[in-house]
Amino acid sequence: MLGTLFYILIFPGFIFLVSFALAAEFIDRKIYARLQNRVGPPWFQPAADFIKLLAKEDVVPDESNPKMFKVAPIFALAAAMSAFFYIPLWKVNALFSFNGDVIVVLYLLTLPTLAFFIGGWYSTSLYSRIGSVRSLTQLFAYEVPLFMGILSSALLADTWSLKEMAVFYTAHPYTWAFNLLGFAVSLISLLGKLEKVPFDIPEAETEVVAGGFTEYSGRMLAFLRMTLDVEMVAGSALLAVVFLPFGFNVNPAIGFVIFIIKVLFIVSLISLLRTVFARLRMDQMINFCWKYLVPLALLQLLVNLLLKGAFFR
Amino acid sequence: MHNSKDFKIPIGPQHPALKEPEGFSVALKGEKILGVDIRLGYNHRGIEKAAEERTYIQDIYLIERVCGICSHSHSTCFIQAVEEIAGLVIPARARYIRTIIGELERIHSHLLWLGVAGHEIGFDTLLMYSWRDREVVMDILAAITGNRVNYGMNTFGGVRRDINPEQSREILKALDILEERTKYYIEIATEETTIIKRLSGVGVLSREDVLRLDAVGPTARASGVKRDVRVDDSYAAYGELTFDVITDEACDVYGRTVVRVKELMESYKIIRQALKNLPDGPIAIKAPRKVPAGEALSRYEAPRGEDVHYVQANGTEKPQRVKIRAPTLANVQAVKHMLRDRFLADMPIVIAAIDPCFSCTDRMIALKEQDCAKGKIISWPALHAYSLEWHKKQGIDFTELNKKLAARGQK
Repeated sequence: MLGTLFYILIFPGFIFLVSFALAAEFIDRKIYARLQNRVGPPWFQPAADFIKLLAKEDVVPDESNPKMFKVAPIFALAAAMSAFFYIPLWKVNALFSFNGDVIVVLYLLTLPTLAFFIGGWYSTSLYSRIGSVRSLTQLFAYEVPLFMGILSSALLADTWSLKEMAVFYTAHPYTWAFNLLGFAVSLISLLGKLEKVPFDIPEAETEVVAGGFTEYSGRMLAFLRMTLDVEMVAGSALLAVVFLPFGFNVNPAIGFVIFIIKVLFIVSLISLLRTVFARLRMDQMINFCWKYLVPLALLQLLVNLLLKGAFFR
Repeated sequence: MHNSKDFKIPIGPQHPALKEPEGFSVALKGEKILGVDIRLGYNHRGIEKAAEERTYIQDIYLIERVCGICSHSHSTCFIQAVEEIAGLVIPARARYIRTIIGELERIHSHLLWLGVAGHEIGFDTLLMYSWRDREVVMDILAAITGNRVNYGMNTFGGVRRDINPEQSREILKALDILEERTKYYIEIATEETTIIKRLSGVGVLSREDVLRLDAVGPTARASGVKRDVRVDDSYAAYGELTFDVITDEACDVYGRTVVRVKELMESYKIIRQALKNLPDGPIAIKAPRKVPAGEALSRYEAPRGEDVHYVQANGTEKPQRVKIRAPTLANVQAVKHMLRDRFLADMPIVIAAIDPCFSCTDRMIALKEQDCAKGKIISWPALHAYSLEWHKKQGIDFTELNKKLAARGQK
């Protein structure tokens, strides 16, 4: 009991997750800045921002539905954090695991988007409403390729459990190389989930100010931003275990370092992608997802079906 | 223009998309724009009125502050008009130096625009890069004139500072760096997929519309209209230098981008020629304090398009009337046309594509009463009385002070 609490609250749970998320945000911002020829923030900047926001006043718009407005950020943060507990990090065992947890993780990572929608919608500001409708519209575009990309890897391993997938890929080293296409598709879809350039349409500041976040301030804004950070870490960890499944059967200390490197590698890929692209328009984004990402994910699915038939019966 | 049932969102006066405050109200259906209402006047500063109350010399510095970016354009335009009335013929060297500063200003303005355009389409990397390179030209301007903006270079009868050979070597060195960087931007603008996707086909303004709506500057040139005051009605040293007027047939935001980056190359060419042929001689002649009665209209190709100044002199040391028409006023009508049936996401870049400079444009305020579609015209004494009344309601009584001021004025 005490052990579980330690796992949930301290390591690899709450405290570790929050500090890792802040570190990942720093890495993301620093790489983004360096690629843009800027100096970038000091290492404690994300934490300083978070603490500063916690100390600020919470403003709730008169017109809003205060209950929904206040609940949405906490709901989003809780969902993103619980997703992390089901992901195997540096050993094949996750904190919790059961058959079908890959679906649960994907859904838990979808919940923040829904919470952003609810929070934005109930804040009743015009910009928030447009932004929140946009984030929901976008959800329908990137979610399908993301699911297909990740599930095609699960298909090869013949399991719906992340733990079993890790076991399978450890037993068959280098088979993950077949999934690189799925990795690319999922990584691009993850950009949509994290609302980062080129898919930062819901919070495009030059169009809708801050989208669904426009009316948020103080603690609730801090939670929303923390949600995005945790989502980035959890999403990257998910991609790491599904598409880069190695380093699970080594010494835990080395495994831990490998895990950190894998996640930071994916985070830096995200920073790189958001440096080199301009923001797309909503119609272009949906076209792109359905025209290119979905067929590519289908191709990956087909490849994995054939591979499975040929080698892994 | 559109009924009140539409979903209307305000873009401005305060909005991250706008670099200067100005009111746009957009009627939306989903993501689609049904109509746009533009309300000019938020930035009215009464510059024209202020210019009438100052001497010509003071006016140079006032007019220079019409715009933060094209400060040299406005001051040159104003000075040209006054010099025409006074019959001053300025030395050749001064004309060349004005040209050089004007082109350096165009470079910094276009690089600034490129960054803003990048930011509007969510491409912050382009913003950071082009603004970093803009520092090169800003440093040069600071080295020559002593200021990064508002150079204070012009005076009646010439310019106030000379360009020495060492400075001209510095300029040439900077131009080499800038030219290399500009080639890179031309490459980016013509090859980067997401940029082309966001820019081409957006904000279409056909050749006929340009002529009908009287668009100026790069906005007109991107629709294939060869309209450039530097060639049509050449001033300063432009008549003695060879350069091309860049036009493009794309008619959209993409075309405007291409025109601007290519114009940078022309500016480098102009500056190189001007420095090479820089004539010897004085940089200014003495100008009289009082300008004889008369009037003049002056045109200048500012980075954003044709700038027009009208000056009426009455023989004293203060002008009778100064009228400024900034290029944005000519282009802003086209924005409404360009936004028809476009997406909300295109709005920032379409507005940015005319390179708007709202505070330069605003010449009057229309006071609108709430729920009143039409404006109300109010006379000066009535406005005065209204303002006294308004302040009384806020708890400040200016009536006594006002009487004292009026008495002092009569003395």
